Amino acid sequence: MAMLEASADRYDRPPVVGSPHDAATVTDQVSNIVYGRTPLWWLGTFAVAFSIFGVMTISIFWLLIKGTGIWGINVPVGWGFAIINFVWWIGIGHAGTLISAILLLLRQEWRTSINRFAEAMTLFAVACAGLFPLLHTGRPWLGYWLLPIPNTMGMWPNFRSPLIWDVFAVTTYATVSALFWFTGLIPDLATFRDHAKNKLARTIYGIASMGWRGSARHWHNYESVYLLLAGLSTPLVLSVHTVVSFDFAMSIVPGWHTTIFPPYFVAGAVYAGFAMVLTLVIPLRPLFKIQDLITERHLQNMAKVMLVTGLIVAYGYAMELFVGWYSGHHAEKFMLENRITGPYWPIWWSLILFNVAIPQLLWAKRNRTSPMALFAISMSINVGMWLERFVIVATSLHRDYLVSSWDMYTPTKWDWGLYLGTIGFFLTLMLLFIRYLPMIAIFEMRTLTPGAKVKHPETHAKAH
Amino acid sequence: MGSPHMGSPEMGWNEQQESPREAGAPGLDLAQVREKLAAAEGPEYWRSIEELADTPEFRDMVHREFPRQASEWPEGVSRRGFLELSAASLALAGLTACTRQPEEKIVPYVRQPEELVPGRPLFYATSMELAGDSLGVLVESHMGRPTKVEGNPEHPASLGATDVFAQASILGLYDPDRSQSVTHLERIATWGDFSTALLGRIQALKALQGEGLRILTQTVLSPTLAAQIEDVLARLPKARWHQWEAAGAHSARAAARAAFGADAAIRYDFAKADVVVALDADFLTSGPGWVRHARAFAGRRKAAWKKGEAKMNRLYAVESSPTVTSTQADHRLALPPQGVAAFAASLAAAVGVPGAAAGDLGAFAQAASWVAAVAEDLKAHRGASIVIAGDCAPPELHVLAHALNEALGNAGATVLYTEPVEARAEDQIASIRGLTEDMRAGKVDTLLILGGNPVYDAPADLGFAEALLKVPFRAHLSMHRDETTAWCPWHLPASHFLEAWSDTRCFDGTAAVVQPLIEPLYPSAKSAHEVMALLGATTDATGYELVRGHWQRTVLAGAGAGFEAAWRKAVHDGVAGVGAAASKAVPVAADAVARACAAARESGGGMALLFRPDPGLYDGRFANNGWLQEVPRPLTKLTWDNALLLSPREAEKLGLATESIAEVAAGGKKLALPVWVLPGHAEGCATVHLGWGRSRAGKVGSGVGVDVYPLRTSAALWQAGGVTITKGSGEHTLASAQTHQDIELQTREATKRHLVRHGTVEQFEKNPHFVGEMGHHTPAADETMYPPHAYNGYSWGLAIDLSSCVGCNACVVACQSENNIPVVGKEQVAGAREMHWIRIDRYFQGDLDDPAVHMQPVMCMHCELAPCEVVCPVAATVHGPEGLNEMVYNRCVGTRYCSNNCPYKVRRFNFLLYSDFETEVLRMAKNPDVTIRSRGVMEKCTYCVQRINLARIDAKREGRKIKDGEVVTACQQACPAEAIVFGDLNDAGSEVNSWKASELNYGLLDDLNTRPRTTYLAKLSNPNPALGGGAAHSSGHEGDH
Repeated sequence: MAMLEASADRYDRPPVVGSPHDAATVTDQVSNIVYGRTPLWWLGTFAVAFSIFGVMTISIFWLLIKGTGIWGINVPVGWGFAIINFVWWIGIGHAGTLISAILLLLRQEWRTSINRFAEAMTLFAVACAGLFPLLHTGRPWLGYWLLPIPNTMGMWPNFRSPLIWDVFAVTTYATVSALFWFTGLIPDLATFRDHAKNKLARTIYGIASMGWRGSARHWHNYESVYLLLAGLSTPLVLSVHTVVSFDFAMSIVPGWHTTIFPPYFVAGAVYAGFAMVLTLVIPLRPLFKIQDLITERHLQNMAKVMLVTGLIVAYGYAMELFVGWYSGHHAEKFMLENRITGPYWPIWWSLILFNVAIPQLLWAKRNRTSPMALFAISMSINVGMWLERFVIVATSLHRDYLVSSWDMYTPTKWDWGLYLGTIGFFLTLMLLFIRYLPMIAIFEMRTLTPGAKVKHPETHAKAH
Repeated sequence: MGSPHMGSPEMGWNEQQESPREAGAPGLDLAQVREKLAAAEGPEYWRSIEELADTPEFRDMVHREFPRQASEWPEGVSRRGFLELSAASLALAGLTACTRQPEEKIVPYVRQPEELVPGRPLFYATSMELAGDSLGVLVESHMGRPTKVEGNPEHPASLGATDVFAQASILGLYDPDRSQSVTHLERIATWGDFSTALLGRIQALKALQGEGLRILTQTVLSPTLAAQIEDVLARLPKARWHQWEAAGAHSARAAARAAFGADAAIRYDFAKADVVVALDADFLTSGPGWVRHARAFAGRRKAAWKKGEAKMNRLYAVESSPTVTSTQADHRLALPPQGVAAFAASLAAAVGVPGAAAGDLGAFAQAASWVAAVAEDLKAHRGASIVIAGDCAPPELHVLAHALNEALGNAGATVLYTEPVEARAEDQIASIRGLTEDMRAGKVDTLLILGGNPVYDAPADLGFAEALLKVPFRAHLSMHRDETTAWCPWHLPASHFLEAWSDTRCFDGTAAVVQPLIEPLYPSAKSAHEVMALLGATTDATGYELVRGHWQRTVLAGAGAGFEAAWRKAVHDGVAGVGAAASKAVPVAADAVARACAAARESGGGMALLFRPDPGLYDGRFANNGWLQEVPRPLTKLTWDNALLLSPREAEKLGLATESIAEVAAGGKKLALPVWVLPGHAEGCATVHLGWGRSRAGKVGSGVGVDVYPLRTSAALWQAGGVTITKGSGEHTLASAQTHQDIELQTREATKRHLVRHGTVEQFEKNPHFVGEMGHHTPAADETMYPPHAYNGYSWGLAIDLSSCVGCNACVVACQSENNIPVVGKEQVAGAREMHWIRIDRYFQGDLDDPAVHMQPVMCMHCELAPCEVVCPVAATVHGPEGLNEMVYNRCVGTRYCSNNCPYKVRRFNFLLYSDFETEVLRMAKNPDVTIRSRGVMEKCTYCVQRINLARIDAKREGRKIKDGEVVTACQQACPAEAIVFGDLNDAGSEVNSWKASELNYGLLDDLNTRPRTTYLAKLSNPNPALGGGAAHSSGHEGDH
């Protein structure tokens, strides 16, 4: 914002986009990914991803045929992989919204190279996440009963239930994310329409670009809508995961009933989201030779966000431990003891390793600027964040208040099938996206090229 | 035993047969089997012919973790598949559902108008027999279809309560695997065929005065059946009648003869007993009249808090294998069998029984101090104490108990002796041995086996099945085509007790009519009376005529011209109305005590293997009953399996752990069994339960568990000495309803959380508020965000007295029957998905070697501030206007959030399609007043809302309020110990309010501010100060407050 703009070193930073680029080269480079020949690696990866997607389809079919009993859930552990994965995917989605909306409002220009990609990731992650709450119910075909639709039964949903808040939060989030992503795509879709070499592509991109002609009026409307949507999305970044955390925090289950959950969930979500963006972007840079569009500075900035949010998450863990002890409540104290030394102790300790210990490597600039190291660390965080949800969901439930009802939760092959299947689903969508849509916002990148800065006296002078 | 040892090459049906057939195992190469046997060195035990042949099918079965029928879901050929097939076959058999009223007049119980009102159940009184004991019941009938068994309040053995077996008998009636026709050589035949064949035989035997005719029954209580058999024996004097009851009162009979020189039935009056000493006795869940005993005993446990009644009693339990009874004991001493015997002898000596010589208690340090203290306590309560030996205890313990009761003046006061209740008391071991020897010697020409399953459960050393093959004509009457059927050319389908007329006597000698509620589901089923009638003078007599005729001649002979009214009343009431048998004085023979003490001294050391009837399957007869397979065994919480029970120390010594495989060798035979480590089990012995490993039980019970009968010999029916237990290879998953993981941690946490609150009478008298002080902080009434609910009408609540509950499981099965709760199978139980709405939580407390055990029935608490209600997104679980936490199945989408948020974990989810919607015959067992839940829906205890509504309709019609005690929940009704009370909390005078007013009343986890409507009365014990105040029961109140 103002302060940032006023920051003197703003132009001393490494450029967001490499200097050889101008508007034309940026356009070409991004659109060539779409118009060029399908790379072999893409075909191979797509085949693998699509096969895993098939596993998801089979898992869903079997689930609908037999019931949730094919999973490892039971009483006491009524929620298992489905909710773990739901929270994990929703969390991953957060990076996209944060990058698109908050960083836009904060005028962080570096976001431009990665925002489209991150938004797509958000959308697909939310699609994966959205599957779970529906499928995990005993009777998914009645899932619409959770929506406040006027009906002949004269029944409203129970507005006291955090699950209902969740329905609102997630559906709103999915809608706004989709709109935001699509709105941002329109000018680039028009570019693709204009560059299209065959009629089919021209027609499809033409319909999708909604008659964009790039007139000043169009640009004016576009900017207003985009800004509005960014404004709408901003609170969502905070609200969605806050509401998701209410599913747990509003209950009385020891290990769930915790006031720190909302901020710690939001931080965790951003943490997980940036890790996933890095996980996807790092291999794509060399593959599409876009290192000069998504530069080391992007990587480093994302690493810094991860470091900060990671520390917030670590603080959350520490507070959970402290408050559990400080509360003096028998069930809370036992819950902590059980997490750390109970039958699921390897999960908790792995969580600490992956989510707290390993990310400390980001303090070193050497690691922040090394794609290999960053990739490894972001993978560690992906795993760690999943483990965190496992710890919260399964280890809290499996030994709660009544000792007689303690039991173990062991996921079945169908739990794994659906989980890995959604990763296949996600990758399939990502691969289709990078192949057929501009994964980098072309028109915004044009504004970042050195040539676009002509109006600025200093830059102007340097250019001469 | 699964199959006998077949040495004989004449392994066929009999000489009359056209084609010799292999018994029970089509597709086996018997030549190959014989070859293997010949090649084997030394005595080798094998479980079945299949095993011997080592067929791929058998190997497949062994390799399968779960027996085929137990592994129901979700993959492969499911039980559902089987059931579909059987449903189809039923349809083909022409069975259309419902209402087959008996042709004779049966008399409804007067709780309703004479005529049948659609939607209103009728109740009929009848009696259920089980192994030499009978229980009077009222059976609920919906439009001619029996659906639920309740106790008969007018029957002395029941007083309105029931047990698990009676509750589960409904499912037995509708068992789809029941035999449906007479078969001869596995081909369908008719009763006419059988009758012709039998009478031809009898005709020939008449010339020989019946020489060669044998009848084998279980223990016969029916006066009519006994008279029928005696009649045949009178006409064919050389014919003989044998009895065999695998889990019968063999020791008690032997002891009565040894002590009194005569047979006698024993009747205890626990209501009058201040001090009870149980010697290996599980009198609170087994033995003749146990339901009544449990009630009387519990009455004296309640005395501590129900003011104005007698004082609380005191129970000492000395035993080897932990019993449910010992969970109620104020002092419990675990000793190996020889230790229990020595203790009994020493106690007799200490009390001053003439001829008693103290046993050797040198090895049992604790026992010596016990003898003195218990003897003092008994002597202080002369005439008001009971020493009782269990059915599974050796005869010498019974003799010593008789002598002790006599010396203490209990005989004639708290312990009464009467003439035997069974029709013919005899040494059944000798009886079955005699029969087997005669069969082997070729002296038996015609054998009628009326009920029972001797091929499976006869003592292993007799070689019953092998001898059976030498009998030319053998017929077996049974409800299932079981192991014995496989060895008999003639199979006769038996009727269920709810389908046929009969009569019986209960523990105190009271006679009762067994009236049918329904025509036999399969028209060819007949009762033993009808089979015996084939041999009688008039072959066309029906069961009704036979029983009625007999009663006219004997039981109700005194009624004279008023017989018709007296009969009608007897059928209506379910009891004869002629009272219990008169007691008689039976002095204990002087030398009997000395002999018993000598026997006690001689009882060997070494590892002993104890055989006990299974708490669910009994002797194996209930193996095909899913409810009983799945009811968690009271102490182990095991379902769908039996195991070798070992004490923690013994298991450690042997290098065994729960679920590892142990090899048990006794008498040259060897069995592999999974181990279950049971805290509180005595060292130096191990326990196995009978009734498992049936090879031909049916789709539910075949191949479940391990058959231990092969180790059980006629000389050692209840305990075998000199057993070796070694570590076997592999593991076997056991499905326990309560996790066995980290038992010590569980014990610690349960204590900290004050789940089961307990204390001593002394503590209670000193500080009546001790229970309330025990818990964590209970929030005040205004500590809630939500406005309080207003209850202008009724406000239902329930209380459970933990001092009374023995954990017998009657409530669990009663609830299952009342509320159409499905059976889920072993795999699902192992995955923590059992569906019981009420469960009995078992907690150990104290030292694992000698823990106190607490039973706590837990069902929905119907919380005033229910955590489940808030979180349900679709309002499928809501607070009702009368305080019930109501579950709306149709609205439930199955998020399971309610279950997660339920601190009591009483909610049950239909993870798969558990309810059986297809099997036609099982539909008839369902309660029409309760919805059958489908897949994906949450369910839980409703406080039997259907019963509340029924009472409400009655009350409204009569323009009054529902009276206290008018609504009785299924669990409450079944409970022998009267541990549960239900009623209106808005009614100041209600029983439930008087219970809740007790200082002992507490809410489970009440610090969570859920405000449960189900509350508990803390468990009180009455330890003897001389024994250190009952170490196990009084400790454990530490923990944070």
